[in-house]
Amino acid sequence: MTMEQSTEIIIKGIAASPGIAIGQAYVYRKHIPHVKMRDVGATETGGEVERLKAALARSAKELQKILTFAEQKLGQQTAKIFEAQMMILEDQILMSAIEQRINGERRNAEFIVMDEISKYKRLMLAAPDEYMHERAHDVDDVMNRIIRNIQDHKLFSRLEGEAIIISESLTPADTVIFSRNQILGYATDLGGTTSHAALLSRSLQIPAVVGLRTVTSQVKTGDFLAVDGYGGVIAVNPTEETLRGLKRKEERFKIFAQHLVSISGLAAETPDHKQIELSANIEFPDEIAFVKEQGAVGVGLYRTESQLIGRSNFPTEEEQYVEYVRVAEEIFPHPVIFRTFDIGGDKVAPDSVREENPFLGWRGIRICLDRPDAFQRQLRALLRASVKKNVRIMFPMISSVREIMEARRLLEESKKQLAAKGIPFDPKIQIGVMIEVPAAAILVDDLAAHVDFFSIGTNDLIQYLLAVDRGNASVASLYQEFNPAVLRTIKMIITAGHKHNKWVGMCGEMAGDPLATVLLIGLGLDEFSVMPSVLPEIKKIIRSIKYKEAKKIAEKVVTMSTEDEIKSYLTEFVRTKLPDIPLQE
Amino acid sequence: MIERQVTIKNRAGLHTRPAATLVKTAARFQSEFLISKDSFEINGKSIIGVMTLAAEQGSTLTLKFDGPDEEEAAAAVVALFERGFDEQ
Repeated sequence: MTMEQSTEIIIKGIAASPGIAIGQAYVYRKHIPHVKMRDVGATETGGEVERLKAALARSAKELQKILTFAEQKLGQQTAKIFEAQMMILEDQILMSAIEQRINGERRNAEFIVMDEISKYKRLMLAAPDEYMHERAHDVDDVMNRIIRNIQDHKLFSRLEGEAIIISESLTPADTVIFSRNQILGYATDLGGTTSHAALLSRSLQIPAVVGLRTVTSQVKTGDFLAVDGYGGVIAVNPTEETLRGLKRKEERFKIFAQHLVSISGLAAETPDHKQIELSANIEFPDEIAFVKEQGAVGVGLYRTESQLIGRSNFPTEEEQYVEYVRVAEEIFPHPVIFRTFDIGGDKVAPDSVREENPFLGWRGIRICLDRPDAFQRQLRALLRASVKKNVRIMFPMISSVREIMEARRLLEESKKQLAAKGIPFDPKIQIGVMIEVPAAAILVDDLAAHVDFFSIGTNDLIQYLLAVDRGNASVASLYQEFNPAVLRTIKMIITAGHKHNKWVGMCGEMAGDPLATVLLIGLGLDEFSVMPSVLPEIKKIIRSIKYKEAKKIAEKVVTMSTEDEIKSYLTEFVRTKLPDIPLQE
Repeated sequence: MIERQVTIKNRAGLHTRPAATLVKTAARFQSEFLISKDSFEINGKSIIGVMTLAAEQGSTLTLKFDGPDEEEAAAAVVALFERGFDEQ
């Protein structure tokens, strides 16, 4: 072994899915086929057509497998991403045009496939809208799939045995295909914790680190690698010491996880009997089983915009109703908070527009209020799903009283429309707003008259409050959950909400950060809505700390003036008082 | 040959779902079916073609039907446009 090979390289990224993976790297680059034009003899064109047909059959089989697997593992909604590709593969007109060209021009099958399909791709890429560009990727994917099969390359033929997948980014299709192999972990250049690859790897329980920026240029297939999905770090050529450290870390987390099973049936209550509502953030009906297993009592954030994945139009009232009523019934008797479509920002709107500044642009409730027909379809679907009285509705991105009044007016109108048709719903359905814009945090007193609850969306609130785009690597370190301005704003929201007898929850990532739990209990937060995987850990902390004591800590912490001071104080507290809670190092 | 003009009524235009409905409907008939928009013409029985058309709400298309069952094909396809592809 040369010196170079044995030097440990640590690359920092973003923890996307928990767990430790140790093994060989497989660098995945999208198969970009090399296609040469070749003239074939008059007697050979038949053979070329045969190659085409065989390739189409194999491609259809591959796609069908991906589709079926996606449906089983990820639910029908997600699987729709692959439908467009299947339809192109089954396009009879396209395929017979290709066949005729092979016979007429006497050229090789893969060249004609590329030439013919590229025509469409170019037209799509020339279109001004983002939706068409996405379709161009579908077309490209399907074209490469056919060509690869004509050239008789197997999918991932070099991937034998277990591997850690290294790639620039992972599309949902990639993630799904790979998970059929023995994948130990993922590490990617691009992506954030809310990227599709991250969400999918969590639901498939494969450790993943994303946003590593340079991992594809620093790692080669066959390199020995360790992926720390807890800490968001990878080690290339890890030393014995690093490996021992990671193994200890994994053991600690695993032992802790086993221990947690025993408390999954117990209430989220402090030793001095303060009840806390502990619920989960989800976006697909299929996640409910896992949520129940993890011991949640309800869903504090159901992201309805997942229904828009892979489509360009808003779903019909009926399509939405089917999904909402399923979620409401499965979680019954516990409550579910449906957040109305939160599109825009980094989430594409059905009829998307290009914006200079999408986070300050047309997003969330702003789009919904400008699209009252589509919005009311969603409201009616939600109302219809509320017959068991466990459905709550939450509006995202509220920044003024006028917006909540307008949203409520549309809701009341939707109720009348249903009542006129004799369709049942819960007339006293609870309404809330997400507090994620600083203006809304300041206006809690005024918003209170129009709502039943508030839920703090910390991810956007911190971003807007501190003027930091956390996706921008140059300023990402300024994105501070424990910035005193953030903590005092949270305190202000909770205090104002309670003054008007409204309950206040939190559905941002901070609610699931074990370092923040004691502080949030102490500030009087009524509900924590967290990623399902961290539910038991947060419950464990709630069950270990007296409200009285947490209050004292919160009072002290909100007077501190730097994040460093706050974090080291809280870390010290958790280390000494709650020693079995594994914190990030 | 029959020629018809239609306007896209549904909000999403001819995106994937309506495109699939259109192609499936047209496939039930023997007649040839061409769609043109501006000076661009595609085969209405080809999903990749219809997807490329990317017709938006409010745009006007010219439909051409040619074959033994052109009357029936035109009626079925035009009805689909009029119903806004049954999207709300």
